[in-house]
Order: sequence, then structure tokens, then C-alpha cells
Amino acid sequence: MNFWEYIGNRYAQLLTDTYQHASAVFQCMVVATLIGVLIGVATYRSEWAGNLAITSTATVLTVPSLAMIGLLIPVTGLGVAPTVTALILYGLLPIVRNAIVGLRGVDPTLVDAAKGIGMSRLSRLLRVELPLAWPPILTGIRVSTQMLMGIAAIGAYSSGPGLGNEIFRGISSLGSANALNQVLAGTLGIVILALVFDAVYVLIGRLTISRGIRA
Amino acid sequence: MPEASTPSGAAPAHTTPPSTTTTTGATIALEDLTKRYSGTPAPAVENVNMDIKAGELVVFVGPSGCGKTTTMKMINRLIEPTSGRIRIDDEDVTGIDPVRLRRKVGYAIQSSGLFPHMTVAQNIALVPKLIGWSKAKVKSRIEEMLDLVGLDAGEFQGRYPRQLSGGQQQRVGVARALAADPPVLLMDEPFGAVDPITRDHLQDELIRLQHELHKTIVFVTHDFDEAIKLGDRIAVLRERSHIAQFDTPEAILTNPADDFVSGFVGAGAALKRLNLTRVRDVEIVDFPTATIDDPLQYLFDMLRHGSTNEVLLLDRYRRPYKWLRRGDLMRAKGSLARAGTLVHDTVTRDATLRDALEAVLTDNAGRVAVTGRRGEYTGVVDMETLMNSVQQLLEEDRLEAVEHQHALLEQRAHQTRREQEGATAVRPEDLS
Repeated sequence: MNFWEYIGNRYAQLLTDTYQHASAVFQCMVVATLIGVLIGVATYRSEWAGNLAITSTATVLTVPSLAMIGLLIPVTGLGVAPTVTALILYGLLPIVRNAIVGLRGVDPTLVDAAKGIGMSRLSRLLRVELPLAWPPILTGIRVSTQMLMGIAAIGAYSSGPGLGNEIFRGISSLGSANALNQVLAGTLGIVILALVFDAVYVLIGRLTISRGIRA
Repeated sequence: MPEASTPSGAAPAHTTPPSTTTTTGATIALEDLTKRYSGTPAPAVENVNMDIKAGELVVFVGPSGCGKTTTMKMINRLIEPTSGRIRIDDEDVTGIDPVRLRRKVGYAIQSSGLFPHMTVAQNIALVPKLIGWSKAKVKSRIEEMLDLVGLDAGEFQGRYPRQLSGGQQQRVGVARALAADPPVLLMDEPFGAVDPITRDHLQDELIRLQHELHKTIVFVTHDFDEAIKLGDRIAVLRERSHIAQFDTPEAILTNPADDFVSGFVGAGAALKRLNLTRVRDVEIVDFPTATIDDPLQYLFDMLRHGSTNEVLLLDRYRRPYKWLRRGDLMRAKGSLARAGTLVHDTVTRDATLRDALEAVLTDNAGRVAVTGRRGEYTGVVDMETLMNSVQQLLEEDRLEAVEHQHALLEQRAHQTRREQEGATAVRPEDLS
């Protein structure tokens, strides 16, 4: 059975896996973005708090993903939970870092002007600082997503959802007729998903970044 | 301390009438205002006392680092004063919610401070929206404000700041600061980052604007010439925002309080004085004129029999056109087309004496035609008149300065006497 025949045979299963993979990454990204931006907003004005946030999220990233999921299983059990937890933790770093750098990079004279014309703390944040910091934050989200696409595959190790299952199945039956096809199908699926997500982010950037600050 | 008691009437163009019904400005009083930063022993601003009248344009001028910006930022409490109080229209604003305070105090800064991600219209609409104006009111206000600062609303309101020139950005910055119609406007070196020609233009615009609106404006700059041009009164500040002199530009130029102020005024005080007087304030002499529609014979007769040997030829709209001498007419041989010298420079009645002097100096016959609103001829200013008026002005200033000094000395003597009396009065209690 060649690769295309394999795809033709298994496309229902592959589609389900792809959908689950995308859905897991997407949902984790939404949560990671919310948490990441919140952490950024809460810490960017203090030198040490901001650096602490960046360092601790960076530390999380140094833990190998397989080990991370392994460590999470005793806490969260098997299945979706450890995968989701790991994905969110890994997704935080680029977002937190870019949110902090972006918010700190807003021209202080603009913040001064916003204060001076009578904007409250909240409206300053929502109408001036976050919109101006949004391009770097969006870049952080993009990088995060790319990373999570790959890491999500490891989730299959703890019986998580997604295309990782395909790959793991292939690896565990190495030498059998379909082993290579399985690994290949899973990998290609992830690559294609990553490209599709990236295209969507370009579109989101077009729609949400003000023309006045677009490069 | 030279304060409050200002000599008035030196230059009508510069002093705002005290009792106008349209005045929307508010008085500002700074009382013992002090700012101390932790970690530095000397305060950045120390015991500033100042009364600013409603509708007045006061300029804080001083070397960089003297605390002028800090003092200004304490008025809208971008910097919280360590001690002292600020009253706006007699309301103590030192304790109120700073956000509420700032909505009554417009704020324009160097390099405009426009938000780059918002259009011109969105920038201007920000504060009116924050204070809850209706959509329709905000929309008409945007147009009104752009019109006020001399920008075409249709063309500019949809643009982003980066699509504007430096001068245009600055105008929008001022429009945004005035959008919610605050009685007070703070301007922190607003024209510091634009080229000299645009700056000159913006300064003229600000003067016009102030004549229309009568806001109370506090303007910070390190450029003394700018201060002279704009200020009703100028506060010359030295380190820690100590007021070296707080007076009208005329008084500061002719009677600097001390070496620091005269050092800041710089050389050429008499020349700078010329900036404060307008052509309308000096004597404009009449000059024999004729229009190009007059028959040639009439011109001949005029030059031959008249007391003058020169005539100013006006065009159809009575605008100065040519200087015509007797000799020119002889050589013209019946046609005026090539006779005489074209008028290449005129001044309006609103021009400063400095501009007039410039024009007179470059003219080879030493005079310049003065024109009215539509460029029509109203008279001529020559070297002699100019010299006389300048001398007269300086003489008046000197007299005024002497009087001023007398008053000050008296005041000081009075104060010393009072302090001495006070000291003696304390003594018996000290003994008990």
C-alpha cells in the first residue's frame, strides 16, 4: 500500500485526528493568550516582576515536553488533561515575553499624553497601550502556535488527542507495512495545519492592526 | 520679587483686555508649590508662588533642568506636588481626582503626542467621548476644532498621524487639547520639534487662537524669543524653579531684574523690543500716490509741480505697484510699462517693527509701503519715522522701568519694616 492509498483508506480517521489536533491547539492558544497577556499587563511596569515572569515561563520551556507530560500524568491523569496543561504552559513564554516587551516599548511620551488629557488607568491600557503593543503580542501568539503544533503531537504519549496518535502508532509498529505511512501522514498533517494557522494569523494581523502603525 | 503689579499699556497688541465677556479662561494660583524627589537632597521645585489671571498666556522660560516642566506638570498633577497647593478658579485641585482635573486642563506636548494608531478624528474625539458627549456633538466638534487650527476637516480627519507633516501633527495636537473646551491649556514646548518657519507660523496661529478663545495658557519653552512673542507675561525661572522675574515682556526686556535674567534675555534687547510693537502703533506717513488708470499727463503734472519727485503707483485694487521717479517718467517716453521700480516688499499693519525695519533696510530708498487687510495701500513707513518711534518707545520703557523700580523699593522697604515690627512684637513672649 503506497502513501496515497493509505490516505484514501484512512481519511476519516485522519480528518478526525487533524480536527482534534487543530482544536486542541486553538483552544490552548486562546487560554494561553488570555493568561499570557494578563501576566504581561500585571507585571510589565515593575522591573523585577516582569523579569520574573519572563524567566519563569522560559524555565518551563526548558523542560522536555515528553518529560513534562510524564510528570503531569500523576497529577492530572491520562487523556486530554495533561496535554492541555502542557500546551498552555509551553504556549505562555512567547506571549508573556512579547506582551511585556511590547507594553514596555510603548513611547512613554504617549502614555504621558494619554494621562495628561485625562484618560483613566484602564482606558489608557485598553485604548493606547494594548493597541500599540498588539503587533508584538500577535507575533508572540504566532510563534507560540507554531511551537504548540509540534508539542501537541507528544500529547499522544498520554493518550491525548490529535495527529500525534498517528505518529506514535507508526513508531511503535516500526517495520510493519504501514509504519512509515502513518508517521508521514501525521507529520504532514501537522505541517499543513501549521501553515493554515499562520495564514489565518496574517489575516488577523491585517484586520486588527491599525493602519496607522502597520509596517 | 517683581510680581503681579505689572505696568500696563505698553503694547496694546500684547495685553489682553481684563474684562471681556467671552473669557473662558480660569485663574490659576500656585501656593508654595514644592516637589522633592526621594534620594536627592535638593528639591526639584521649591516654594513656587504664582498668580495667573484668567485668559492670560503665561510663558515659563528658563534653562533646561530648571524645573519649568516639572512646575507645569504639577498643575495637572502628572507630577504630584510634595507640598503646597494649586487652585484653579479658586477651587483647590490638589486633592481632587486627577483624572477629573485633567479633563478641565488641556495638554499639548512636544512632538504632538498623537496616538499613531488612531486617525486624526479619533485622536480629537478621545476626550469628548470620555466625558460622554453625544455622537453628533463629537462629530461637529471634530470639524470645528480642525477648522480652528486651520486644517481642512474633510481632507484630514481620516488620516493617521504618520501621514501628516510635523506642523500639521502639532496643530492636531492643539486641537485635541482644546476639544473638550477646557478653561486651562498647558503647553510643554509644543513647537520645539518643528522647523523654524513652521514654528513661526504655529506661533502666529496660537496668538490668533488665543485672541479668539481667551483660554488661560501656561506655555513652557527654553527659547526666550518665543516667550517674548507669545507671552502676556513671562516667568523667567532659574534652578529649582525659583522665579527670577515674572512680568510683561516689555518690562523684562527693558528692566531685567538681575544678571541672570539679563543673561537670559541675551544681547540685542532693543532689537527684540521691536518684536513687541506693531506697525499700527507707529506713525504711518502719507505718500503721493496715483493709480495706473490715471492719465499719463496727470502723473507728469504731479511730479513736475508737486513738492515730491516720487510717486507710488497703485494698481487697479489700490495695491502698491511701482515707485515712480521724475527721471523714470522722462525715460518712459509715453509708456508706463517699463518705467519705475516694482514694489517687491510691503508690510501689513500687523507686522512687527522688526519686519518693517528689515524691509526698510533692504529697500534702496529706505521706505516701505504699508498695506491693509486686502493688500491695499494705507501709507508708508520710512527710516526716520521708525527711528523716532523706537527711540520714543525705549524712552517710555525706561521711564516706566524707573517707576517700577521705585514701587518695588517702596514695597521692599515696607516689608522690611513690617518684619522688624513683627520681630519686636515677638520678643516679650519669648521672655516669659
